[in-house]
Amino acid sequence: MDLDALLGCVTSSSCLVTQTTSGLIVGMLLFMVAAGLTLIFGVLKIVNFAHGTFYMLGAYIAYSAFMFTGSYFLGVLAGGLGMAIFGVIFERVLISRVYGANVLMQLLICYAVVLICDDLVKIVWGPDFYAMGMPPAFQVPPLFIAGGVVPPFYIMLILVALAIGGGLSLLLGLTKIGKIIRAAAHNPNMVSALGINTTLLYSLVFAVGGMLAGLAGGLAAPVRSLTPGMGFSILIESFIVTVIGGMGSIGGALIAAVVLGLIRSFGTIGFPLFTEGLMYIAMIIILVFKPSGLFGKEIV
Amino acid sequence: MARIFRDIAIGILAIAVLAAVPHLTPSKAFQDFVIRCSSMALFATSLNLLVGYTGLSSFGHGLFFGLGTYSFALLMQRTGISLPMAFIATLLINAVTAVAVGAICIRLRLIYFAFVTLAMQMLMHSVIISWVGLTGGDQGLQGGIPRRVVAGIDLGDQYNLYIFAAVVLVIGLLIMRHIVNTSFGTSLRMIRDNEARASFLGIVVWRVKLTVFVLSAVFASVGGVVMSLFVSGAYPELINWPISGDAIFAIVMGGVGSFLGPTVGTMILLLLNDVVTRQTEYYGLALGIIILAFALGLRRGLLDFITERLGGRPAGGIS
Repeated sequence: MDLDALLGCVTSSSCLVTQTTSGLIVGMLLFMVAAGLTLIFGVLKIVNFAHGTFYMLGAYIAYSAFMFTGSYFLGVLAGGLGMAIFGVIFERVLISRVYGANVLMQLLICYAVVLICDDLVKIVWGPDFYAMGMPPAFQVPPLFIAGGVVPPFYIMLILVALAIGGGLSLLLGLTKIGKIIRAAAHNPNMVSALGINTTLLYSLVFAVGGMLAGLAGGLAAPVRSLTPGMGFSILIESFIVTVIGGMGSIGGALIAAVVLGLIRSFGTIGFPLFTEGLMYIAMIIILVFKPSGLFGKEIV
Repeated sequence: MARIFRDIAIGILAIAVLAAVPHLTPSKAFQDFVIRCSSMALFATSLNLLVGYTGLSSFGHGLFFGLGTYSFALLMQRTGISLPMAFIATLLINAVTAVAVGAICIRLRLIYFAFVTLAMQMLMHSVIISWVGLTGGDQGLQGGIPRRVVAGIDLGDQYNLYIFAAVVLVIGLLIMRHIVNTSFGTSLRMIRDNEARASFLGIVVWRVKLTVFVLSAVFASVGGVVMSLFVSGAYPELINWPISGDAIFAIVMGGVGSFLGPTVGTMILLLLNDVVTRQTEYYGLALGIIILAFALGLRRGLLDFITERLGGRPAGGIS
């Protein structure tokens, strides 16, 4: 525990800015993964324990596509699209067989997919760490805000994540398909009885969730090292985010993700060994006072 | 009553068979396997009291397994008390912890219960990792376990530890078997099947849930004590999330609807572990495919599947 360092950081504007932005990018990546997770749970009542794997595969695909085409934009796009397709296959081939089954059966199937994909990544890309490095377009001098160093890539990442989150909210709130998705979250039988193809809808939801995780992986690739198993830590954290925010609530996920990102970045200064412990404490406290999370009553 | 005597007779028979095996084959690997199996089977069966009998899906039961290893090893290293005393003190520590943790967790429903139990476990894991002075941090608690003597028998000897583990497993299973056959066990199943109805019939649901939570924590810590003796200490891996995952896979693969399902599942899991890691470096790939075959092929645990196939009652599998 190092409270002096924490106090020193909070009172110094440069440290404050640096830690806040690094907390925000962690939060934004978490939000994108958690938004897909919470969407899938809200509509399908499936807890996708393989969601971290989507993120990992998205990052690896983005890395390879970037190396192949030289364009970071195409790399991220490939990660997102690749995972949208993967999401549909995953839903059709495996998850559709356990709708309505006990959560432990879903856990078992997802865990099997996690094990298989981690090893497939080892076979295809090798067991070593990869560092993608900053794409050329962002190799420009950093901005200085109140004495703190802020790489332009961070700003781009935060804006893109916010745009995606906003787009998702608009899609769900204003469009016809969004209306159908919200209705299906309430009562899938009724939606089905009205002649809407819920099978297609479920695949679509998995495609959107997979795409969000894949995009997050692609966006994370320049600032995180790529390793088989990188999906797990983000999975646990995005579960904390969805549970704190209330499962099924996208707005709740955004707030919880930002809070968790800030706890992480300031926690590493004040409590270097206990940063993860802080996140679990936050989760337990919130669930004690609000057993269904901050915004648990909202659906989608 | 006859049922109890039958169970005890089967238990004694199992111990006698296990005691005889080392005289037939000198395989140390077999003894290692039985010791690990005993520890994990106690742990998995205790989890099944929650999952299979009460319908409480805990993801963080490893908290009590790991706390069992750490509290037992620390009591043996730091205090001068004898092994049986440390054993009993470990059970008490876990029971008290389980009352506190359970009081918070059992208010929550389904998936929130699952995640808050996991958070509790990971919080304890973080405490152990960061409290380096007491627990050795991520290096684990080294230095071995002194005075490993019970009633004049030295558990430092592998054969003795092997018999000890087998006896503890059989006694633990017999007690848990008895618990689920009492009227308390009936209350558990009623809460699983219809919580509102159980409440209407006068069962105080939270009290029953908390009681079974504490009981299962105590039996999980017994598994932890056996593991601590086996590895001569305690390590953060023993309280990290995969340990809870192992117990969940053991009960789902063995069958949640049969009392011995978790024990069978543990044997399957450990055998797979030993066989697959010897054959290939791609352990996850092989294990993942086998799990998928199990989950999608049988759609229930092995023992539940066999019970149903033999024309018995539907074992109440979870899928």
